[in-house]
Amino acid sequence: MEPIRKHSGLVYPLNRDNIDTDQIIPKQFLKRISRQGFGQFLFFNWRFESDGTPREDFSLNDPTYKEASILVSGENFGCGSSREHAPWALQDYGFKVIIASSFADIFYNNCTKNGILPVKLTDEETQMLIDRSESGPYTITVDLENKCVYGSDDFKATFDLPDYQREMLLNGWDEIAVTLTHDEKIEQFELQRQT
Amino acid sequence: MGKPKTIIEKIWEKHIVHQEEGKPDLLYIDLHLVHEVTSPQAFEGLRMKGRTVRRPDRTFATMDHNVPTIHRNVIKDQVSKTQMDTLKNNCEEFNVPLADIHHPDQGIVHVIGPELGLTQPGKTIVCGDSHTSTHGAFGALAFGIGTSEVEHVLATQTLWQAKPKTLNVKVNGELGTGVTAKDLILAIIGKYGVRFGTGYVIEYTGEAIRSLSMEGRMTICNMSIEAGARAGLISPDDTTVEFLRGKRHAPQGEAFVTAATEWKSLATDEGATYDAIVEINADEVEPQVTWGTNPSMCIPISASIPSPEDAKTANGKDEIKRALEYMGLEANQPISTVSIEHVFIGSCTNSRLSDLRRASEIIKGRKVNPAVTAIVVPGSHSVKAAAEKEGIDVIFKQAGFEWREAGCSMCLAMNDDVVPPGERCASTSNRNFEGRQGTGARTHLVSPEMAAAAAIEGHFVDVRKLGVPTT
Ligand code: SF4
Repeated sequence: MEPIRKHSGLVYPLNRDNIDTDQIIPKQFLKRISRQGFGQFLFFNWRFESDGTPREDFSLNDPTYKEASILVSGENFGCGSSREHAPWALQDYGFKVIIASSFADIFYNNCTKNGILPVKLTDEETQMLIDRSESGPYTITVDLENKCVYGSDDFKATFDLPDYQREMLLNGWDEIAVTLTHDEKIEQFELQRQT
Repeated sequence: MGKPKTIIEKIWEKHIVHQEEGKPDLLYIDLHLVHEVTSPQAFEGLRMKGRTVRRPDRTFATMDHNVPTIHRNVIKDQVSKTQMDTLKNNCEEFNVPLADIHHPDQGIVHVIGPELGLTQPGKTIVCGDSHTSTHGAFGALAFGIGTSEVEHVLATQTLWQAKPKTLNVKVNGELGTGVTAKDLILAIIGKYGVRFGTGYVIEYTGEAIRSLSMEGRMTICNMSIEAGARAGLISPDDTTVEFLRGKRHAPQGEAFVTAATEWKSLATDEGATYDAIVEINADEVEPQVTWGTNPSMCIPISASIPSPEDAKTANGKDEIKRALEYMGLEANQPISTVSIEHVFIGSCTNSRLSDLRRASEIIKGRKVNPAVTAIVVPGSHSVKAAAEKEGIDVIFKQAGFEWREAGCSMCLAMNDDVVPPGERCASTSNRNFEGRQGTGARTHLVSPEMAAAAAIEGHFVDVRKLGVPTT
C-alpha cells in the first residue's frame, strides 16, 4: 500500500454520529470482485435521488468540497458491517484521512490496512474542525510522524494511534510479508499443538 | 493456583504465536469461515503475489449473502452470479472446502458453522463478516475482519491483534414468558447504546444467560457488534457440550469426553476481573421493537416513540429527528399503533430451527393479515429440511407465509428479496440502518414471536396477548 506520512488537504465536514458502513457504501455495490471503482458509489443513497441526480441537500455535492481529501465526522464512524468496500470507496473517492471523535473497531483496522489514516480527536476538536469547514473552504495538515493536526489558522491538535499501525502506515508495508518472516514460529506453534 | 482468569484471557494466551514489546500479538486462527462477498479481492491478492492458502483444512466457505431464495437454478442477476462463480473457482484453485448454493450444508455462514460442529469452545474463529461474533455463544473467541485481514489469514493462518479490554455484561434474574434472547439483547443495546462495547470483548454472564438454549445464546452474541464489540462470548457449560455432541466436525467417542472436560475448564474462573461491567435485570425486559435507524433506538412494545426533545445533545436531537423522518413516524406515537407491510423471519440472528418453531406456534391456526407480505427464510438447508420434517413449513404456508430457500435474503437485500421504498418491515434480523432492506425501506427489529404476531395483526402487538406457548 501507499505510505502516508504527512497530508495537507481540504476538509469535508459530515456532522453526524454513528455513520454506518451501509451508508458509506450500500450493499447493492458489494458485488464487484475487484478493489477499484467504488468511489462513485460512496454515500450513494445520501448523494443521489432515485433517478440518479445529485441531491442538493447533501453537502458532499456542494462544489466547495469537490477537492476535499480529509473527512471529519462525529462518534462511532464506520459502525456496522465489516465490509472493506467502505474504506475502498472513501479512498477511491479521494479521501486520505478520516477524522472522527471515535471509530468502530473493524472500520479503523480496515483503514490502516489500506493506507487511509484514521485520526481520533476529542469532541471539541472535531466540532471545531466541522464548524470551520462548514463556513467555507478550510485546509489542514495531518502529520503522522509527529501525530499532530494543524490548520491554516490557529487550529492545533495531537492524536494517538498504536505504534504498530503507525509504522505500517508510514512505511506502506505489506503486512503479510512482515508476518511471513515469522513463518518458522507459526510452524512451531502448529507442531506443538499436534502433540 | 495462579491468578483467576476470564475465558477471554485463557483463549488469548493459548493462541499467541509471537509476542514482542510495542507490537500487537500474533494470534493463531483455528477456523476461518469464508463467503462470496468479502473474499474475492483476498483470493485475488494471494494470486497476485503467488501465495497459497496455508491451511485449507482450517478454512470453510459457503455462499449466503447473494443467493436467491427462490428459483435457485436460474440466477438472473449476472453480477451476483459472477461473485458466486468466483468463489467456486477460488475454492477449487486453493483447495478450500465449499458448501455451494446446491450443497446440502449450504446456509448462512454463522448458522452452518455451529450446525456442522466446526464452531467449538476455545477456538479462535474469524470471518469477513461482522456477525462472526455469533460463534462466541460456544465460548469461542470469534470476530469479524475486513478483506485485507481475510487475505492475511488465508496466507498465514494468523492475525496481528492487540489484546482487547474485557467487558462483563451481567444479566440478573430470568426472562419472563414470551420474552426472548432477542428482546434481551435489544434491551441491552437500548439501555447502553451502540458503542459501549467498542474496544472490548464482551462476556455475557448471569442466571438469565445460563438458562438460555444455544440458539438463544447465539442470538445474544450475534448482536455484540451492534453494541460496538467485535466479539461477545459465553463460557461453555453442559448446554454447550450437549449441543455439540454428535455434530459432524466435533470430536467423537472418547475424544469427545476429553474435549468436553477441556471445554468446560475454559469457563471464566471464580474471582476473575474485567476492565468494565454493566448489568441488566432480565425480569424487567419486555418484548422490544426498534423504531429508528440504529439498534439502540429501541423501546418496549408498551411504550411510545421518543421525541427529539428527549435527547440531551444537539447531535442526539438531530439523530432522532432524522430517524423519525426516515422511518415516517411521529414522536410520542405508541409503537403498537404502527402498521407494517412486510414480515421477514430469517437472518443469522433468528433463523434457526427453534426460532422457526416458536414463531410457528404463534402462527398456528391463524392467518397473515391481508395487508402483509410475509416470508420465512431458514438459516440453512438443514434447518429447512428439519423444519419440513416437523411440518413447520406447512403451518407457515397455510397461514399465508412464503417458505424460502436458505440465505441472508432480506436481512441485507443483496438478492431479490427487497423491501420497497417507504414500506415497513417487521424483521428478525440485526440491523435497522437506513436502506438496509432496500433503498428507503423501513426496518423494525423484533423477535421471531413478535414478527409472527405482527404478521397476523398487521401492526406491532405484544405477543403475550396472543397467548404464548409456555414450552
Ligand atoms: S444474515 Fe444478515 S447479518 Fe447475518 S451474515 Fe447474512 S447479511 Fe450478515
